[in-house]
Amino acid sequence: MRSNLGFFSDEKFRSIFFQTLVVGLFALGLFFVISTTSYNLEKRNIATGWSFLQNPAGFDISFSPFLEFKSTDTHLKVYFVGVLNTLLVSITGCIAATILGFILGIVRLSSNWLLSRLVYIYVEFSRNVPLLLQIILWYSILIQLPRVKQSLQVLDVFYISNRGLYSPRPIFESGFSYVLIAIVLAFISSFLINRWAKKRQDKTGQQFPVFSSSIGLIFIVPLILFFILGSPLSFEHPELKGFNFKGGLVIRPEFIAMFLALSIYTAAFISEIVRAGIMSVSKGQREASAAIGLKQTWIMRLIIIPQALRVIVPPLTSQYLNLTKNSSLGIAVGYADLVHGFGGISLNQTGQAIECMAIVMATYLSISLTISFFMNIYNRSIQFKEK
Amino acid sequence: MNEMNEVRKPPVATTGIIGWLRINLFFNWTNSLITLFVIYCLYQFIPWILDWTIFSADFKYNYLGEQITNQEMCSRNLDPENGGACWAVIYVRFYQFIYGFYPKVEVWRVNVAYVMLALALLPLLYAKLPYRKYFLYFTYIFPVIAYFLLNGGLGFTEVSTNKWGGLLVTLVLGCTGIALAFPIGIMLALGRRSKLPVISMMCTLFIEFIRGVPLITLLFFGMVMLPLFLPEGIDMDGLVRVLVAVTLFQSAYMAEVIRGGLQAIPPGQYEAAKSLGMSYWRMNLLIILPQAIRISIPPIVNTSIGLFKDTTLVIIVGILDLLGIGRGTLADTNWLGLSYEIYFFVSLVFFIFTFGMSRYSLYLEKKLKTGINMGAD
Repeated sequence: MRSNLGFFSDEKFRSIFFQTLVVGLFALGLFFVISTTSYNLEKRNIATGWSFLQNPAGFDISFSPFLEFKSTDTHLKVYFVGVLNTLLVSITGCIAATILGFILGIVRLSSNWLLSRLVYIYVEFSRNVPLLLQIILWYSILIQLPRVKQSLQVLDVFYISNRGLYSPRPIFESGFSYVLIAIVLAFISSFLINRWAKKRQDKTGQQFPVFSSSIGLIFIVPLILFFILGSPLSFEHPELKGFNFKGGLVIRPEFIAMFLALSIYTAAFISEIVRAGIMSVSKGQREASAAIGLKQTWIMRLIIIPQALRVIVPPLTSQYLNLTKNSSLGIAVGYADLVHGFGGISLNQTGQAIECMAIVMATYLSISLTISFFMNIYNRSIQFKEK
Repeated sequence: MNEMNEVRKPPVATTGIIGWLRINLFFNWTNSLITLFVIYCLYQFIPWILDWTIFSADFKYNYLGEQITNQEMCSRNLDPENGGACWAVIYVRFYQFIYGFYPKVEVWRVNVAYVMLALALLPLLYAKLPYRKYFLYFTYIFPVIAYFLLNGGLGFTEVSTNKWGGLLVTLVLGCTGIALAFPIGIMLALGRRSKLPVISMMCTLFIEFIRGVPLITLLFFGMVMLPLFLPEGIDMDGLVRVLVAVTLFQSAYMAEVIRGGLQAIPPGQYEAAKSLGMSYWRMNLLIILPQAIRISIPPIVNTSIGLFKDTTLVIIVGILDLLGIGRGTLADTNWLGLSYEIYFFVSLVFFIFTFGMSRYSLYLEKKLKTGINMGAD
């Protein structure tokens, strides 16, 4: 059936027509929102612009391990403290969740029925209870620990109380920088040795003890240097003075609760990803490698894991992204991350909701994009290389 | 040797319970040691947890036989040596956990809505339901009925949403979020795959933006920014503002899931539909979407589980869902210090819903694997 509207049934015309219509409607909506917003802002006496970033914040942040923060510091500094705290809990959480998830994923496939059932129960409970509830639960457990005066002592140097974990703070004296340089050099040289050994094995078939030599380089060489330089490292121990500890390094319960909840929750998802990845490697691969006489640990390291990683890495990336975004739940227990510090308190003090939320959202977007970028590079490096 | 050999039974060690135990629990030395260690841990843990949750726990009365009305009367606060959990707090506050602060005289309306919700879900969950078509009509009009029933109007007295709470809010947010996000997600998925560059770019930007930021920032957006965007006089309800944020969030995730389904449709389906002279919308509505949605049902259920858990985030912007009521109860001096009981109960409720949904998704996955034959006929 042909339409009477001849020009309207022309595909090219229709495509241009619809797209202009959509763009027009969008522009109209945008114009409407901007005009009402500016009217509303003026009426409510809310300032606009970015100058508020230079104003003093006027509040304290209890947990700022990297930057010294005083209440006279600016909102801009609140932002940086928030970003660093978000990154701190995300990165430590991702590392812990990956380690725990891999272990649990492999244990879940164990031939021991009881053990694998136990992990299954853990995974189901952890996945099916809201993360926010888990964070709050961990926090409520941590703040019910004994008071500072009765704090639990672990190994004589760590104190655990409802104010958090107090541990000795390392003090680096002059000369320690040489040890650090030695460690960095050791890492670089073991990386180079690894490359050289691989090339040599490809050419001659001879193996080189890469692992033990790297361990030697990374641990023993800096350790010898450390003692030659006269141990340039001392510890400041926390001391109970009055109602609180003085000195030492303190890890607040807010951080511990966030770290535990995020890593335990995400580890449950990662363990399922790892399990699916390992199961995706066909049984023939395992049998074939056993047939050519590889040891059990080598089968896992050289045959199963490299192939499983191809399946594991893409969903693992999205778990890292989820964990980073979930770190924004710190607001529920008062962890001073980006959302709580800058998007919460600063926003309430200045009233500049649009600017604050725009900065927070843009920051999360850039963190997400950065993670995706690096994980994509890693993913490309482990995919099938056709020769 | 033509003579039939006597049929011998397999060795006892490989069959039956003993065989199962040998293979699964005591295969070799390390395996046996692990088994014994796990059994020892369970032996330490299980009696303790059973004792705390059931045998030493108070349900309504404490060990003196008094009815518990505050935390001081809990057995474990009277006698720390013997008492277990104090479930009386759940018993006393049960109404709030389920209905929030909904007026008691009107609460039958919520109950009717709960029953109707179950009826409306029935044809969606169970494909072989007799008279499914008529049940589906009911499902379509259920949101309208539920709106008037819960909110008021049409002869019902109005109950403002700040009186809603507990499971009611959790279910309203979860169900409405999922139901609204579904059509929006389909439109976004179609838009992202559209041949029109402007539309595809706009949909892609929207989806990637929403997926790149945490839900909590969207909730803040709904709470503090949305009122600034709207002209004066339009005062949006707090629950509605949260719903907008939740729906936007969920629709982006839903769109990606449905896009995955759309990508799995073989191009022959599009070509066949076009060769029959179908328009874009007829092709999508009649040919492509029914197939695409059917294969993406399991991941749709999975993102819905995610949303259901994420509805707890609304407590941060001051809406009292199940977890919010729990925290409110804890802040009450009468029930101070009963956090384990309350969080245990709230976790259990969420677990029942989400675990049920995940089992359902597994069941669907199995059914779909054997059921349909994609694109072969």
